[in-house]
Amino acid sequence: MFEVFFKYEFLQNAAVTGMLVGLVGPLLGVFIVVRRLSLIADALSHITLTGIAASLLLEKKVAMITDLNPVYLGMVFSVLGAVLIERIRKMYKNYEELAIPIILSGGIGLGVLLISLADGFNTDLFSYLFGSVAAVSRSNMWTVLIITIIVLVIVVLFYKELFVLSFDEDHAKVSGVKGRWIHLLFILMVALVIASSMQVVGILLVSALMTLPVASALKIAKSFKQTIALSVLFGETSVLIGLVLAYHLSVPPGGTIVMITILILIVTIVSKNVSTSFFMVKEGV
Amino acid sequence: MIDCKIVKVNSVSFKYEKEWAIKHANFTVDKGQFVAMIGPNGSGKSTLVNLILGFIKPNIGSIQVFNQSIKQFDDWKEIGYISQQVNRFNGGFPASVLEVVKSGLVSRLGMFRFLKREHTQKAIEALKIVEMEKFAKAKIGELSGGQQQRVFIARALVSDPSLLILDEPTVGIDAKHVNDFYDLLGRLNKKNGITLLMISHDIGTITKHATHVVCVNKAISFQGTSDEYKQFNKQNFTHVHEHMDQQLIHDHVEVTS
Ligand SMILES: Nc1ncnc2c1ncn2[C@@H]1O[C@H](COP(=O)(O)OP(=O)(O)OP(=O)(O)O)[C@@H](O)[C@H]1O
Ligand SMILES: [Mg+2]
Repeated sequence: MFEVFFKYEFLQNAAVTGMLVGLVGPLLGVFIVVRRLSLIADALSHITLTGIAASLLLEKKVAMITDLNPVYLGMVFSVLGAVLIERIRKMYKNYEELAIPIILSGGIGLGVLLISLADGFNTDLFSYLFGSVAAVSRSNMWTVLIITIIVLVIVVLFYKELFVLSFDEDHAKVSGVKGRWIHLLFILMVALVIASSMQVVGILLVSALMTLPVASALKIAKSFKQTIALSVLFGETSVLIGLVLAYHLSVPPGGTIVMITILILIVTIVSKNVSTSFFMVKEGV
Repeated sequence: MIDCKIVKVNSVSFKYEKEWAIKHANFTVDKGQFVAMIGPNGSGKSTLVNLILGFIKPNIGSIQVFNQSIKQFDDWKEIGYISQQVNRFNGGFPASVLEVVKSGLVSRLGMFRFLKREHTQKAIEALKIVEMEKFAKAKIGELSGGQQQRVFIARALVSDPSLLILDEPTVGIDAKHVNDFYDLLGRLNKKNGITLLMISHDIGTITKHATHVVCVNKAISFQGTSDEYKQFNKQNFTHVHEHMDQQLIHDHVEVTS
């Protein structure tokens, strides 16, 4: 079942990239979920789509630009979107979540316009929306590897600051944590990881890969570190099984990967409930 | 050190919107004092503490902490803070008690330094002080409000601060533990030499333990030692019957200022 993934380069690319985003996606996802920023991931993935559309349009209309990989412009848009969200959040102090629909709908609106202008409603677009096992190039794979390393280094270096900021912002202030900078750094990492994950899981399902494994982990983890470990474990499992299934069934991997994350979620919820009621029976409650 | 002022509030005024929440407040906390800050609801106690911690900036006046303007202050390991609302923290957060207490060491460590095994040991010691070491492995969200509060006290203590600021820390703690808690504060103050600034509504109890009292009512309506405060209270309220409860005396302070 797995052999083909060693045989063809495009499958290797997809598998390696998948493993990388299966690691950093849920890793950042833990912080996203505990800080209640899940929707920011969605907003950023939609603005990534706008970048891709812009790239498609450029390729079509500007003669000089050929062979531009849309992923890179997607990353640029995602990062700009992240900065913009922070700006808007500061403008609406008490309605910070307003930034999300503004960016999300703005992103889709502009995206649809650009895609139409580029006559881009075709299979290419489909693979950006739901992922593809065939779309990842070698150079994409290396880019994602570099982003993964950067994210890992930053998370390790700022682990305790990220923890304090997520847990208790007041305490972060009296700990001398430079909250604004770390938050900006964090949101930029999220933007890059979303753009990286896009080719494998697709824009519409990126946020699911980042948050659903965390939802499962939250059910059973006893500490924050355990939450991270389990989230990554669930993320990797979903990506691996999802990719293999997608290849053999000839369906977009985004769908299979997300279905596996949901399956894991159901299993954790059910097993948690079964074990609680089992203990209750044992204790005669 | 000649100047042993730990906190210095210099004619500070502050307003959130239109009305002044703090008006010409002047007061100091000296090294080694246990200062009780009292005053009715809405009198500006928490606001004053937020000003001292630099969360908000005074419209008029200045604040110094450890002889440094709060604007430039960065020696956060010297300050431990326990906020009024326990529920300010993220309730469903999946952290263990131990992880929460260890996060109190962030200010001492500073950037680019990691939490190590010796820090776990330190966190356990802090948990022992508040008698919560049994719960080290429990999830913070699964504790009762009072237990959480004690964990936060441990978090504030773990960095060995020399100033501890507490905003109504005993809310939600049962009578037995409140007494233990005051004993603990007394020990920290006398034995470890930690300076304390504590907001409380339980005037009877806190004035027994504190060395100094500050009454807040937008301005500072009284500052002095606990004995002076009792004197002040007697002079001002000789008409108050013996059986009148603390709350009433409390309210009278408001009327007189
Ligand atoms: N974030 C805020 N925005 C606007 N007004 C505020 C804010 N926080 C407090 N206030 C106002 O400032 C005044 C002082 O509030 P503060 O919280 O300092 O009182 P307090 O003495 O701590 O009261 P309590 O005993 O109830 O804790 C109140 O009138 C309150 O309405
Ligand atoms: Mg208050």
